Amino acid sequence: MTEIKKLDGKVPAGKLQDKWDQHRFNMKLVNPANKRKYKVIVVGTGLAGASAAATLSELGYDVSTFCIQDSPRRAHSIAAQGGVNAAKNYPNDGDSIWRLFYDTIKGGDYRAREANVYRLAQVANNIIDQCAAQGVPFAREYGGTLSNRSFGGAQVSRTFYARGQTGQQLLLGAYSALMKEVGKGKVKSYTRREMVELVVVDGKARGIITRNVVTGEYEKFSADAVLLCTGGYGNTYFLSSNAMASNGSAAWKAYKKGAMFANPCYTQIHPTCIPQHGDFQSKLTLMSESLRNDGRVWVPKDKNETRKANDIPEEERDYYLEEKYPSFGNLVPRDVAARNAKQQADMGKGVGSTKVAVYLDFADAIKREGIETIKARYGNLFDMYERITDENPYEVPMRIFPAVHYTMGGLWVDYNLMTTVPGCFALGEANFSDHGANRLGASALMQGLADGYFVIPYTLGNYLASEGLINSDVEETAPEFDEALKTSKERFDKLLAINGTKSVDSFHRELGVVMWDYVGMARTAEGLSTAITKIKAIREDFWKNVKVTGTNDGVNIELEKANRVADFLELGELMARDALTREESCGGHFRDEYQTEENEAKREDDKFCHVAAWEYTGDNKEPIRNIEELNFENVALTQRSYK
Amino acid sequence: MSSDNLLTLNLKIWRQKNNKEKGEIVDYTIDGISPDASFLEMLDVLNEKLIAEGNDPVAFDHDCREGICGMCSLMINGQAHGPEAETTTCQLHMRKFQNGETIVVEPFRARAFPVLKDLMIDRTAFDDIIASGGFVNVNTGNAQDANSILVPKENAELAMDAAACIGCGACVASCKNASAMLFVSAKVSQLSLLPQGQLEAEERVKNMVSKMDELGFGNCTNEAECEASCPKGISISNIARMNRDFLSAAVKAKD
Repeated sequence: MTEIKKLDGKVPAGKLQDKWDQHRFNMKLVNPANKRKYKVIVVGTGLAGASAAATLSELGYDVSTFCIQDSPRRAHSIAAQGGVNAAKNYPNDGDSIWRLFYDTIKGGDYRAREANVYRLAQVANNIIDQCAAQGVPFAREYGGTLSNRSFGGAQVSRTFYARGQTGQQLLLGAYSALMKEVGKGKVKSYTRREMVELVVVDGKARGIITRNVVTGEYEKFSADAVLLCTGGYGNTYFLSSNAMASNGSAAWKAYKKGAMFANPCYTQIHPTCIPQHGDFQSKLTLMSESLRNDGRVWVPKDKNETRKANDIPEEERDYYLEEKYPSFGNLVPRDVAARNAKQQADMGKGVGSTKVAVYLDFADAIKREGIETIKARYGNLFDMYERITDENPYEVPMRIFPAVHYTMGGLWVDYNLMTTVPGCFALGEANFSDHGANRLGASALMQGLADGYFVIPYTLGNYLASEGLINSDVEETAPEFDEALKTSKERFDKLLAINGTKSVDSFHRELGVVMWDYVGMARTAEGLSTAITKIKAIREDFWKNVKVTGTNDGVNIELEKANRVADFLELGELMARDALTREESCGGHFRDEYQTEENEAKREDDKFCHVAAWEYTGDNKEPIRNIEELNFENVALTQRSYK
Repeated sequence: MSSDNLLTLNLKIWRQKNNKEKGEIVDYTIDGISPDASFLEMLDVLNEKLIAEGNDPVAFDHDCREGICGMCSLMINGQAHGPEAETTTCQLHMRKFQNGETIVVEPFRARAFPVLKDLMIDRTAFDDIIASGGFVNVNTGNAQDANSILVPKENAELAMDAAACIGCGACVASCKNASAMLFVSAKVSQLSLLPQGQLEAEERVKNMVSKMDELGFGNCTNEAECEASCPKGISISNIARMNRDFLSAAVKAKD
């Protein structure tokens, strides 16, 4: 019997409101003149990575950034549409840091660490100030002040936005701060580089191996700390709203070097995406949650309904969210909205040719506010919808359905954002800490930037100063680097050598179907066991029959994909295993066996009020499920109700 | 979508092994394409076919596939991002093409955007331009309350119009001079329209324009092809605004 470890989140003592301030005072500092002697590697240049790299460089650290795209500006944070939360209370509608904290903890179904969430709510206001100072063109009122709108899971308007392109504008703000440092020669930006190995020397993360995706060269980079800002693993499902190159490989390499992986089963299925329309489909496109401010969700009452949406009279429509959740209505949290859409489709009440969709209708809003107002609010989203579906949402209701969007799970980190490998930190979606079992809308941008601008600059300094790394330089000539490089090269050579008969994408699709069917919106013990067996079989088949064309040198996109899919085939199994062992429902993790009489998620707080942190024990060996107990001192655990 | 709507297409695609070797147009025929597929999904189908035959798939840049990351490019029948106005290649759908049509697919071409392989190009020159001044010089932690900087709504909207640039390079590819004026002016405009960008406005425009020249982008001769091809509808009025800023900065130059 393996021993289960109890992890310490290193939450500082004291009152919740004082923890972060006190911790900042207690942490060690690095002398300004010494900062340039420390090398920091930042992998990924989305909101978390770009903001961390820029800020650490401003402080004086010697920073290098790495991204797989051709420019740091392309990271997938750019696709976030709706907004970023902060408790500024500008609308004077009753918001406060405590309320933002409370909504986020409750929205996450009481599976996040209290102290982390409170800190997030505290620094959120600084994010808005920082971004405004950078020239982010936030939406404004006529008096020149900032505008707010409301989002799911909250009854106040606390979401700041830049049309339907908030992620783009915040990322371009962070990117411009990063490029400012690049221009000054203080940050080295490496593009089209994929991290293929984490290098650990004497138990500490001391560098990475990268593969240059243009030349196929492997390169060694040493450092005093490695920050993984590499996003989530939603692409395990093949079809998701993630970008094509978004992957879980960097986190997975860290996992195999000792970083524990927390709550991998917590995935967010976003309620409002454009439904799938064909087998050739490569990705799903999200329609911002902000649409639920004005759009009304409905299905026909009669499951044999054949009329077009506009021909169905009012009394024959079922506005099921408004009916079931009168106080939050169409603005219930994402997991609740998604699950209800699935229930309607399962009852046969879905719409469109596939019957796997529900309507999101703007007719009332257009009547009430006028078409110009709706156009100003959502014009770009309506245009995108029309381009993809060839239907005009100003005239007919949108058809929407849930799709994989975000992963709340990720590398386990302590309060300082450090993984279980000293010196290896995880920021943004790559970590697990702030959203519990369900993330609220407009909170991902908030967390990515909080981690990068306002948390890591303090906690990294404390680590570097405490470890005395200044006297222990590790060079790229250390044997650990050669070994790691050799391991990576052998892996890529092996993928090329298989020369089987099936394409990489065909395996990825196969995995995606298993994940969606068994590790999707509703899970059962039986289904999850089936998933584990099936994924193992696909993985075996992959390593025997995958066909990767081309060579290891030069551009080889199939080879890049094969490397990522090989990792998804392991990560998917861990997700299923985590879902199987979490015998409760919470947030986005819904087990059919654990539901209330009203079909809501039923938590088992006595047994599962903890984080599951998985420890790697070797390929094809069962990982160990360690835990971190979650202690709630400031909020009472209740059955979430949005009625 | 019923199967009788499926498209058969003749593709003429630029193939180039790497940056050093010469490229050429290669012909492919592909059938069974759904009109609901995106242009890139059509290329995915072609690549699956090429892989099955043991051939090298066509390399092309893409990532978000929802028109915002700016990674996708492609000259489609001589038009940057293809025939549909204000649409990136990834958002272009095959219903815009006819059954049996011949489609020519080439990379964005410009001296400053060397081809890496097939349809993949190097656009690091855009990063270099931003690094030369496309920012407000404010370090993290210095910001005052966001509402203490008031921005007239009209300026905020114009700044947002300019900031919508996705940095894809269509403006450069469609310009006969391979000028980057629309790209540069979008960033200059965004920041000069906002109070936050005022302090460094003159330095910014001078530095960015001189970096653009240094990197081998051409001059603007007011053809407006850039505006016509921009997938985000960035207006050439930004170029006029930048020219004003540039002139004023040049006149006031201290040396």
